[in-house]
Amino acid sequence: MSAERDFTGLEAAGRVAPGALLPVTLADVCFAVNGTDLLRGLSLTIAPGSRTVIMGPNGAGKSLLLRILQGLIQPTRGQLTWRRAWGEARGTEGGTAGRATDKHTSGAPPVSIVLQRPVLLRRSVAANLTHALRVLRVPRRDRAARLEELLTLGNLQDRRGQPARSLSGGEQQRLATVRALAGNPEMLLLDEPTASLDPQATQAIEALIQRSHGQGTKIVMVTHDLGQARRIADEVVFMANGRIVETAPAEIFFSQPQSNEARAYLSGHLVI
Amino acid sequence: MQELQSAFWEAGRLLLTFDSDLTEIVLLSLRVTLSAVFLGCLIGFPFGAFLAVARFPGRSLIVLVVNAFMGLPPVVAGLFLYLLLSRSGPLGPLGLLYTPAAMIIAQTILVTPIVTAMTRQVIEDLYQEYDEQFRSMGLSGARAVPSLLWDARYSLITGALAGFGRAAAEVGAVLIVGGNINHVTRVMTTTIALETSRGNLSLALGLGFVLITLSLLINAAVMSLRGSAKRLAYV
Repeated sequence: MSAERDFTGLEAAGRVAPGALLPVTLADVCFAVNGTDLLRGLSLTIAPGSRTVIMGPNGAGKSLLLRILQGLIQPTRGQLTWRRAWGEARGTEGGTAGRATDKHTSGAPPVSIVLQRPVLLRRSVAANLTHALRVLRVPRRDRAARLEELLTLGNLQDRRGQPARSLSGGEQQRLATVRALAGNPEMLLLDEPTASLDPQATQAIEALIQRSHGQGTKIVMVTHDLGQARRIADEVVFMANGRIVETAPAEIFFSQPQSNEARAYLSGHLVI
Repeated sequence: MQELQSAFWEAGRLLLTFDSDLTEIVLLSLRVTLSAVFLGCLIGFPFGAFLAVARFPGRSLIVLVVNAFMGLPPVVAGLFLYLLLSRSGPLGPLGLLYTPAAMIIAQTILVTPIVTAMTRQVIEDLYQEYDEQFRSMGLSGARAVPSLLWDARYSLITGALAGFGRAAAEVGAVLIVGGNINHVTRVMTTTIALETSRGNLSLALGLGFVLITLSLLINAAVMSLRGSAKRLAYV
């Protein structure tokens, strides 16, 4: 039903496919709680294509920035401008019009997030994914095939009937990641997706991320893992104390960080 | 003492021989109470979940009233329903007074607030945990209710159980709207009250045993269900 509505909407706009979601521009974005500024004057443009890694010490506001991009919280001041508006201001309420590509016609929000502590439903692995497909308004006829795709993608075929909360940490994170990919998002936000995983599990998650990148999904990831940042980042956004201190291409950021904060942060990691 | 002993023996005999009067009373009790619990859950689960996720003016007042109604005295509920159903009352033409249907309605009135209040509490806690994840998927407000109810399914059984306990134990409401008519509206609790006052202790005792045993069995079944849910990491 939503597909029909989208279709007529698109026709009215005289377009065959929705325009590109990105770039998204933050202009002087602030976020305050009880009068205390947790994010101060963020100005940033996130372009399509490249893999963006957000780094910075705890409390820098990295997770808040991801939440603002996902529309889970609204900036107290400042502007967030997407090239194609998608209703993020309503906190993605009620399933917003997604993109209608030749592959999938779904009403899923075009931006998807893997939260720092992803919440898995008290159901089986397959039921978690089916629930997401239903919520994301993937058409009923496509769900069974998509479920198989996602199970294969997360290497969870043998776990399909198992209660999701009894999975190992690595498997839970794989499930959360493929669930975030269920609606074929144009932009995937990841908040320390491998924070408590062993190297093998970390590698599996990184493979999923790289694969999504290869398929044209914009990756924005928060990580404290310097090795991971080097492996994934095309560009680095470095934050400290609620501000963006430095934005640079990865090779420049890691070899010649411009700010004192970034130098201190990087050397701290290297010393240990 | 002698009398009490013989009452016990007689109660045992009634139970073991599946005495027809006793069986009839037990079956009607189960029918009334289980129907009321079913209806109470049908109303209470979605309503409680709605109260948990919705934000609208007057919400806290409704929550307050629902919580207060958990302690509604059965005789008062029975009296109000009696006034509605009596021949001169607004629902008199339905002819429901002194029928099992009236008793089911009465117990539903008692069960619904308990199920609603416990559902609201359970779903509100779960919603806090799920809220951000759900909103990131575009799922919020009333649309999230079915997902939340299903994920809380094992906790909600406790609410249904509390409702069952209340309905199975009460005398006042079913006595007033049912009338305790032999072979028509006589249930375990009303029979125990009547037979005790008539001095027929054996039947009263026998029914008492049945009532307690049923309660134990149902609770045991639910506990094992929740236990296996915990083992499967659903909880």
